[in-house]
Amino acid sequence: MSAKHAPVGSFLTIGTEQLQALMDVLKAAGYRTIGPRLMDSAIVFGDLDKIEQLPVGYLDRQDGGSYRLEHDDAAGYFDHVVGPQSLKRFLYPPGETLLESVRTNGQWQMKAPTIEPKPIAVIGLRACDLHALAIQDKVLLGGPYVDPNYEARRENLFIVAVNCRRAAPTCFCHSMNAGPAVDDGFDLALTEVNRNFVVEIGTPKGAEIMFDIDWLPPARNEIDEAQAVVTNLKAEMESRERRSHGNREAPRQRYLNTSSIHDLLLENLEHHRWTEVARRCLACGNCTMVCPTCFCAAVEEVSDLSGEHVRRERAWDSCFTAEHSYMNTGTVRKSTASRYRQWLTHKLATWQDQFGTSGCVGCGRCITWCPVGIDLTEEVAAIRGSEDSAGAKEARAVLAS
Amino acid sequence: MAAKPKLAVYKFASCDGCQLSLLDAEDELLAVADVVEIAYFLEARTAVQEGPYDVGLVEGSITTKHDVERIKEVRKQCRFLVTIGACATAGGIQALRNWRDVNDFISHVYAHPEYINTLKTSTPVAEHVFVDFELRGCPINKKQLVELVAALVHGRKPRVPTYSVCVECKRRDTVCVAVARGIACLGPVTQAGCGAICPSYYRECFGCYGPKENANSMSLGQHYLAAGKPSMQLVRLLRNFNGHAADFATASTALETANK
Repeated sequence: MSAKHAPVGSFLTIGTEQLQALMDVLKAAGYRTIGPRLMDSAIVFGDLDKIEQLPVGYLDRQDGGSYRLEHDDAAGYFDHVVGPQSLKRFLYPPGETLLESVRTNGQWQMKAPTIEPKPIAVIGLRACDLHALAIQDKVLLGGPYVDPNYEARRENLFIVAVNCRRAAPTCFCHSMNAGPAVDDGFDLALTEVNRNFVVEIGTPKGAEIMFDIDWLPPARNEIDEAQAVVTNLKAEMESRERRSHGNREAPRQRYLNTSSIHDLLLENLEHHRWTEVARRCLACGNCTMVCPTCFCAAVEEVSDLSGEHVRRERAWDSCFTAEHSYMNTGTVRKSTASRYRQWLTHKLATWQDQFGTSGCVGCGRCITWCPVGIDLTEEVAAIRGSEDSAGAKEARAVLAS
Repeated sequence: MAAKPKLAVYKFASCDGCQLSLLDAEDELLAVADVVEIAYFLEARTAVQEGPYDVGLVEGSITTKHDVERIKEVRKQCRFLVTIGACATAGGIQALRNWRDVNDFISHVYAHPEYINTLKTSTPVAEHVFVDFELRGCPINKKQLVELVAALVHGRKPRVPTYSVCVECKRRDTVCVAVARGIACLGPVTQAGCGAICPSYYRECFGCYGPKENANSMSLGQHYLAAGKPSMQLVRLLRNFNGHAADFATASTALETANK
């Protein structure tokens, strides 16, 4: 084994043995290594020690409200796409205590628990996941109010990204400029080629980790093949819109026309489609829970029977719950239609005003994990397709005045 | 604090499981007894203090003429009336009679049907008197019960979520059994509170906590029907413990009618 330095931006090749070595080196460097694992009939992030734990040979068949794994001998280590979880679970956990208060002799003492999280190295993040991470960074680290717990976990994150070789019908990252190619925000990026991995070095930290690994310079055709993987997939996804004309594919191959989407949605707040989708919508909150960018949380004071111990607890919440919009006069968004509209217009439109980016990365999780398969791309297309004419808008404005 | 609030526990048509949840709160029981006076709780203590009471916990549904009168008396005795469990809040499993002729059941079950004097329906307490708060579940969750007592003692709103079981599944990282296994699950229309136990064992949610707020069981039922689930399976699922609750009842009645 020889120590070799590969500069940022360079490519190298490793086999499965060196992929194992990469995990070992990361662990030795003090990281908790997590990656895709087959658990409970889905591929989710879990602790990863051995490459044998990777879901090699598994594909995920996804469509609205449906997810099934199937075995395919030809499938590689990372030919599944995204599961119900995202990195959100690890950086912004579903529940945590923000403050603990104790009353002794009538005096309150308050203490914010300090967290010293073990650094995480995550293997297998996709382009959409990286874009989602960048969005969460903007929300939770950008601006004057930084979330200290998120910051502590985010700071030491090591990212081994993977370029997708296939897209699920629910994927539409290409529409959101969030994939399928991994282009930024990784320490290392892998592309699986003939059971080997072409590795792109993304950061000096990534280069350092590769230093002790017995890698090879890639053959010329390997880099070409790796690049062809992403360009071919991108071309396939981009042809969806064209192919779909006059051709009802099943399952529907998703894409989203985002042109002027901000104004399109905000100018159609009274569109009948909101009431129509609410007849199907369960207001269960699954879409927001699986969304890698949804950040809404409820913060509650939790006291014990004596009232002497109070914890301030934060837990994932959803704009689909009544409590979420509860104010002193009651719940603001009572109807499911108003909640769905709030979610979609925030995600695709007002998010832009708030954070300078769309809130959607086209990962398709909200489509797959909606129990009744509501598809935001279909909802937007319906609104776009039957957008109120200027005359109708004018008439409505007259009626409203 | 002045005198401890007086607590009363009442039973109507029920299995006793919900009131037992109070005794089952072993770790917190002494703390509960510290903050409230357990004044009337026949299952726990023979001593009975006279009313009125600050808080009345009511278990069970209204199934007899006697129940109808007694619940009015209970209401008069209690400043806060809280129903506990699926029977008291939705009529319970015995509300299955609401879709059938109760006399048919009586003749099949009892050797001397003439001894039975019952109503045609099993109904929730709130259909008879004003209820201040409802604690859901079959049975109720003892943590929610202790939280309810804490909230009443400290004069605040109980932290009892009205969102779906799905929120609990997702928070605890249970993979959705409906989406990933094709199991007809009531989680998306059922109120949280149990901690999403059944899906973590790869089973469907049976709707023990009744419909969540803004539940849409019709949509979920239609989706499962389209996915090939037999309509009567869905009817039975909706009529487990909270079948008489409005949203579940509307959906199960529609599914049953569609089946005919």
